[in-house]
Amino acid sequence: MGVEQPKTLGSGFVTTSLDKLVNWSRASSMWPLTFGLACCAIEMMATGAARFDLDRMGILFRASPRQADVIIIAGTVTKKMLPVIKTVYEQMPEPRYVIAMGACASSGGIFDTYSTVQGIDEHLPVDVYIPGCPPRPEGLLYGLMKLQEKIRAERNTFGAAIGVGEVVVPDMVSS
Amino acid sequence: MAVNTETMTINMGPQHPSTHGVLQLILDLDGETVVKATPHIGFLHRGIEKLSEHRTYHQIIPLTDRMDYLAPMHNNLGYVLAVEKLLGITDEIPERAKVIRVILAELTRLKSHLVWLACHALDIGAMTVFIYCFREREFIMNTYEKISGARMTSNYFRVGGLSADLPEGVADEIRQFAEEMPAHVAEYEGLLTGNKIWQMRTMGVGEISAEAAIDIGLTGPALRASGVDWDLRRDNPYSGYEDYDFDVPVREECDTWARYHCRLEEMRQASRIILQALDKLEEGPILADCPQVCLPPKQDVVNTIEGLIHHFKIVTEGFKPEPGEIYQGVENPKGELGYYLVSDGSPMPLRMKVRPPSFINLQALPQMCEGRLLADVIAVIGTLDIVLGEIDR
Amino acid sequence: MSDQAIVEKLKAKFSSAVLDVVEHRGETTVTVEKGQIVEVCTFMRDECGYNFLCDLCGVDYLGKQEVRFMVVYNLYNIATKQRFRVKVPVTEEDATVDTVSTVWGTANWMERECWDLMGISFNGHPDQRRILMPADWEGHPLRKDYPVQGPDREPYQGRLS
Repeated sequence: MGVEQPKTLGSGFVTTSLDKLVNWSRASSMWPLTFGLACCAIEMMATGAARFDLDRMGILFRASPRQADVIIIAGTVTKKMLPVIKTVYEQMPEPRYVIAMGACASSGGIFDTYSTVQGIDEHLPVDVYIPGCPPRPEGLLYGLMKLQEKIRAERNTFGAAIGVGEVVVPDMVSS
Repeated sequence: MAVNTETMTINMGPQHPSTHGVLQLILDLDGETVVKATPHIGFLHRGIEKLSEHRTYHQIIPLTDRMDYLAPMHNNLGYVLAVEKLLGITDEIPERAKVIRVILAELTRLKSHLVWLACHALDIGAMTVFIYCFREREFIMNTYEKISGARMTSNYFRVGGLSADLPEGVADEIRQFAEEMPAHVAEYEGLLTGNKIWQMRTMGVGEISAEAAIDIGLTGPALRASGVDWDLRRDNPYSGYEDYDFDVPVREECDTWARYHCRLEEMRQASRIILQALDKLEEGPILADCPQVCLPPKQDVVNTIEGLIHHFKIVTEGFKPEPGEIYQGVENPKGELGYYLVSDGSPMPLRMKVRPPSFINLQALPQMCEGRLLADVIAVIGTLDIVLGEIDR
Repeated sequence: MSDQAIVEKLKAKFSSAVLDVVEHRGETTVTVEKGQIVEVCTFMRDECGYNFLCDLCGVDYLGKQEVRFMVVYNLYNIATKQRFRVKVPVTEEDATVDTVSTVWGTANWMERECWDLMGISFNGHPDQRRILMPADWEGHPLRKDYPVQGPDREPYQGRLS
């Protein structure tokens, strides 16, 4: 019988066009949560301010996890903070995406100590890693654009939205 | 009908847009009045003090950047001054290195105060100031990048001097910026000082008397706005601050309004110091002549075997200060930043204790907002100018 | 008043309590008996003008000296702009000191931090809870016998530590 295919609406012209519509709306209005942890949060603020201007990409910071699509883990995650981050993540409605901004969020960075979580990917599913300590605003913008690419490549998003099957997430690393 | 008089407990943070990071406040409210405020900290405790006991003295410099990430050069400065004092080489730092340190320290003070003003105004509801302040801040970030290669975590000062000389043309750019800065400060004042909402949100809010401020350990602009005339740059000068002519703004009102004015005046004075320092800038060496401590010039490392061995020795082994203990305080934009270093004669410190100004200033928060309205808590957090990286370390 | 004069004054008042006087790089450190720290601090504040407590911390001398801990008080005189340092030795078996939060309010959080990270308890402290680590944390991380990467992880071998 071969490999079992995931249940989808299929890849006809109408369904893929509807997928594109859903993906377009999701990628064009990614609302990240205003959630700064450490140094990276200041660069995140700088990215939102006049010179780099996130608004032009449809990215507006929201203060409530209930209204956010993306959580940017901007800074060092400590063992004391981890339960709070998990709660905030669980409060976000699906579909939700995680960006690990900076060395600390990606791997613990230079803080290889008793109190630091060695990378948020031990606990949350990370979509995009941004290197740097802290990353430049251009780096954050590039990471957000990569996330948009990933969202645009998702399949069966319309089907999943009306309750048929699951979203098929593309493998961005090997492609 | 019985009136319900019990207090309500609400939680603010650690995920909250106005707590400037990961600060948690448990507030007991009677109606809208704060009865009790309990700060909970430690959500960003990264173990910098423990880590520094396992790093050589040179390797600690990048850790200090990440404590007060709004004023990284000040943290570097305090640390290298402390190590120089521990080694007893304070008098051997070349003049050019001292002057460049002062220029960058004051530029960093401007940078830190710009973020303070931006966030403080944004929290109280004035959006425009945020955009204006970050516009000026971008210049300082660019200068940082030209000098050290990084926009925020500079890691530029070294024990004995600097890691590199200023690139060409940067001094002139800084001069132009410092000349323009008072006009920008006037612009912010034009947006805020005469604004009735700003006045009502800051005047008489978060009052603390001079005696209470000294008892609780406030330092920096927060203490000077309570009428205590104390600035380490003038009173215990370091890095050649005694050669500069500047005023220390002191106000008597003890409230958020006074602290706002103190910091704005400090921004003007900082540009004044930068201009004086640029006039004093002369050609010369940037590293002290202490081969046991300082790295050799890069061309020696790549061209001679002696230079390579010298470099290798210092990088792998480090240097060994003689046993003893010292305390060095510097005037950070937030208050007195102190480093207490204990050496046991090994290449790593036995103990490095940082006196974080924000940690101790935050301790005054319950006193400043209890008995006031809930909305004033936001103003008090803003006016204390806290940085969580430094509080939790 | 010079540091020397203050040391003389301290010695005259607390002759048996002053254990050691050290000068290093122009800074004077006086080691005093643990039992008299509150009296010494009150005396320093009221009679010598050291009205500001800059910093308070614990130092762990595990294996370096007989008495394991030192609690260090960095004092400052706002009027004369002078610094002074007082230390008390604290043994491992009886890791307690009387609180100075009655002398300076600012000592409250500093002592909480010292308790949290170094495990030195302060008698009579109004609110001795953990401050930086989570409330259910075990151990005191800044002690020398506490591994830098935490007790539940294999230490990474590839660096100088």
